[in-house]
Amino acid sequence: MINSPQIVEISEIIEETPTIKTFKFNTDIEANPGEFLMVWNFSDEKPMSISNISDGELSISVKNIGEFTSQLHELEVGDKIGVRGSYGNGFNTDFKDKKLLVIGGGVGMAPVTALTHDLVENNDVDVLVAATTKDELLFLDYLEKCGANVCPCTDDGSYGFEGYASDCLSSLLEDSSYDYAFVCGPEIMMIGIYNILEDAGIPADYSLERYMKCALGVCGQCCVDNTGWRICVEGPVFDNEQIKLIDEFGKYRRDASGVKY
Amino acid sequence: MLETDVCGVHFRNPLMLAAGIMGSTASSMNWILKSGAAGVISKSFSLKPHPGYKNPTTVAVDGGIINAIGLSNPGVENFKEELKQINRDNNVVIASIYGATPDEFSTLVSEVQDYVDMIELNISCPHAMEGYGASIGQDCNLSHTIVSASKDASDVPIIAKLTPNVTDIVEIAKTCEDAGADCLSLINTLGPGMKINIDVARPVLFNKFGGMSGKAIKPIAISNVYSVYEAVDVPIIGVGGVYTFEDVVEFIFAGARAVQIGTAIMDEGVEVFGKINADLEEFMKQKGYSSIDEMVGLAHGGD
Repeated sequence: MINSPQIVEISEIIEETPTIKTFKFNTDIEANPGEFLMVWNFSDEKPMSISNISDGELSISVKNIGEFTSQLHELEVGDKIGVRGSYGNGFNTDFKDKKLLVIGGGVGMAPVTALTHDLVENNDVDVLVAATTKDELLFLDYLEKCGANVCPCTDDGSYGFEGYASDCLSSLLEDSSYDYAFVCGPEIMMIGIYNILEDAGIPADYSLERYMKCALGVCGQCCVDNTGWRICVEGPVFDNEQIKLIDEFGKYRRDASGVKY
Repeated sequence: MLETDVCGVHFRNPLMLAAGIMGSTASSMNWILKSGAAGVISKSFSLKPHPGYKNPTTVAVDGGIINAIGLSNPGVENFKEELKQINRDNNVVIASIYGATPDEFSTLVSEVQDYVDMIELNISCPHAMEGYGASIGQDCNLSHTIVSASKDASDVPIIAKLTPNVTDIVEIAKTCEDAGADCLSLINTLGPGMKINIDVARPVLFNKFGGMSGKAIKPIAISNVYSVYEAVDVPIIGVGGVYTFEDVVEFIFAGARAVQIGTAIMDEGVEVFGKINADLEEFMKQKGYSSIDEMVGLAHGGD
């Protein structure tokens, strides 16, 4: 882990969807699936999930949703950014010969794609890839190439299952069961998934996101109610037993001032 | 054995959470209390919500970290709701407040004193906006005005947190004591400091300058506590680079009745409180000390 930004050069940029780009760069930072980097573009610094982990190379996949991410989207190959980390606890990857379900919504596919890459080695993995519409489905080809069984799902029905990820999950559970699941996406989606998986008795890891400042576990900005756990240290991944204790899950979060919304 | 008393407030051990570290919510402060701290000091808050600086707000350097969070807080109205939810049972809850004027401080004191056991005045943050933090604590007249306005408004003990970034901390300490401070805590972060990234030739922190905390500042904190102890009668809380029981003992021998822990949580986790308490008790048994009280100021010899 490095706690002062390391300057890296962007070696490749992939336009994944109309709103999501993947940035690749060489670095000696060692990371595990589910961990994140603090990415510095010399005007601001934000947490970004790692979407691909190779020898000496990491990728982040960024959705253009605001000032910082639109600045990242303007970067070109050869441009530099600062990265520090990797931070957080990452997913539980200690599985063998299991039937596993990975669920990602929108750009929430980023961390669970790096995860799927590892899980398929020793397990039978279904991946529920959810997005608003066909063009926003992330990493379908890559996941299939990895050897996962991909189940696409779009809100508008333009590709794959028509409906929300939670509806798609319910339909998958009619024919299959799973030993463990992994979930990342908008919290409104995750709470629906959580309720279904709990009803079905399927334990799972959930990756949460909160406004982040230091990422070192000192500033307290990303602590969640009522446990006080820090997303940057005890998180961002929590299992279903821990999620039960996080009262604010699916309900509220805090802005840069600490005001709930 | 570990109990201590700071201006009439009982602490079940000498360890408390320093302001600005994991002190933004009742949840995180309750966790710290469960982990062994006898008290918690909230993150500093003001009358109105404040977002602080843009990132990067923190960077690690040899010996610690430099931060310029910029006093972000949700404002007193929101923060009161957090304070109300902190478990006060056998715990000491301390609010850290900041403002620019005597009126702001006295209003904040009146707003929160029902929910806390003590109030710490942040007149020492080195990366505050102009007119706040250390710009008060580096000036004797301003310090006197702010401390005395806060004291007049308060029914609970007032702690003045001092900055080491002055020519003579003893002079400021005596001024705060004269103004009515019941207790002094020292030191706030050192500097400001700066980290420059040499690949892009620019300061890392958005604010460029930030306060230095961590192991590297401990000797300065120890010497400041030692000097202030000789000059004032009010109790002192030591803070700056506490990682181990040895650090705590050094602060107590220098004259502190309790210590605050902050940056160590980054490296040691919240378990640092329980570990230090256990180690400190073992040390006291081995050395034949039966109370914190008898250890306070021992480094001052027979003077």
